[in-house]
Amino acid sequence: MDVKVTIRRLKVSYGTKEVLKGIDLDIYRNKISGLMGPAASGKSSLISVINKMIVFEDGVNIEGSVSIDGYDIINGNIDEVELRKRIGTVFATPIPLPRSIYENVAFGPRLNQVNSRHELHAIVEESLKKAFLWDEVKDRLNESGLRLSGGQQQRLCLARTLALNPEIILLDEPCSGLDPISTAKIEEALAELKNIHTIILVSNNTKQIARATDFVAFFYLGELIEFGPTDRVFTRPTARRTEDYIQGKFG
Amino acid sequence: MRLNPRWVDKLVRASLLFQAFFTVAILVAIVLIVFVRGIPHINAEFIFSYPEDMGRHGGIFPSIVGTVFLALLSIAFATPLGVGTAIFLTEYTKESTLTRVIRFGVESLAGIPSIIYGLFGFIFFVIKLKLGWSLISGTLTIMIMVLPTIIRTSEEAIKAVPRNLRMVSFSLGATKWETVTKVVLPSAASGILTGIMLSVGRAVSETAAVIFTMGSSLRLPTSLFDSGRTMAVHFYILAREGISMEKAYATALVLVVSILLINIAAYYTMNKMIAKYS
Repeated sequence: MDVKVTIRRLKVSYGTKEVLKGIDLDIYRNKISGLMGPAASGKSSLISVINKMIVFEDGVNIEGSVSIDGYDIINGNIDEVELRKRIGTVFATPIPLPRSIYENVAFGPRLNQVNSRHELHAIVEESLKKAFLWDEVKDRLNESGLRLSGGQQQRLCLARTLALNPEIILLDEPCSGLDPISTAKIEEALAELKNIHTIILVSNNTKQIARATDFVAFFYLGELIEFGPTDRVFTRPTARRTEDYIQGKFG
Repeated sequence: MRLNPRWVDKLVRASLLFQAFFTVAILVAIVLIVFVRGIPHINAEFIFSYPEDMGRHGGIFPSIVGTVFLALLSIAFATPLGVGTAIFLTEYTKESTLTRVIRFGVESLAGIPSIIYGLFGFIFFVIKLKLGWSLISGTLTIMIMVLPTIIRTSEEAIKAVPRNLRMVSFSLGATKWETVTKVVLPSAASGILTGIMLSVGRAVSETAAVIFTMGSSLRLPTSLFDSGRTMAVHFYILAREGISMEKAYATALVLVVSILLINIAAYYTMNKMIAKYS
């Protein structure tokens, strides 16, 4: 199997508080990797290191390396703006930009100077289709994205990310506020998308992790407790903590 | 004794209604007086002809032109400067001694009486820079005078844009400037526009600072270095010198109507903007 992201001895601290304590982890290409663990276990920090959104936080210190296709994005000379075009992010709460459905999806391509109507339209349609939202919005693309339901908004956010055709898609608890039907649609979309993209899904819903991911990493207080194929981790966890977490004894 | 909450509710409702009514009534009274006393003296000739005999006869065309130019130019200079300062304070710096000093300066500027701006403008632009009593001296003075309003309202409007939206924009590979121009400013536009409208109102209605810097010539200003008399100044002089109360009220009417028109136009653009970015 092909490794897309290689994380080695990654330490992240905010001031004196260490939130990731030396992580080694491989993320495989064209798979869905789940990150699970209780609150404050470092999952979201790991995500924001990969998309470098962590630079917007104050007093962050990062050690170790994160390599994408062998290129170290922590220590190497990297253009963060260009990097984020290659790495899509879907946040926990759906955040449509205050503009139309169409313009939400077209936002990224427009930044990349895609201005031809024809081309934009093709990208918008394709992205909405991939996010399983097209049928619901195709007749009202000029309506505000804020008018959609929560579940639709989150799929809009996914479509907006897909419009940039990112190599990696990071989803930070994307379904935490959604109903089961919307959640199912997102999971359905992800199952298709992994054929083209590498996906990292953060969730503290163990059932979702079990359903939707190929690999899973269990984090606890900034440490990686266990990593492996999801089937194996959920049937024969090697660490006691993993077992307890999966069974819902804490977290 | 405890009052029946339902009665309290009704009482509060009635009293709030009265307060709102009172406020509107004052506005209506002012507009009504200006209309009643001004309308008999308004006609096309008044608007399009030149004043004669110190304004006792004739129209106010030069004053209309002077007012429009003064307001347009000062706002055109103040808006980029003020909005730029607000963007710098909110997006490009962290809270620090520098931002606190700038903010304190802005707050202090906002509290200075307009005549002080007039005196400053007179000493600096009119005398020191040898610009004389002119449209440009008036413009620069009014620009400084309205800057604090534009900076403060813009800053508040920009701060009100959720941080989330910026994060989304960055996550899609936007640079800081792209985020500011494509996400932050469109969302803050209606707030910023409110500040600009307040400033237009102040520019149009200012007298003291204008007399000191733009002068009060009744001739039509045809260049930046010409003196001129705005409608507000014209009204002030006509009334103060007892030249003609009829012409004074007619001038006031034109002034009030133009402010109303500007506000309507602003609300119209604002609503269009809101419709697009919501």
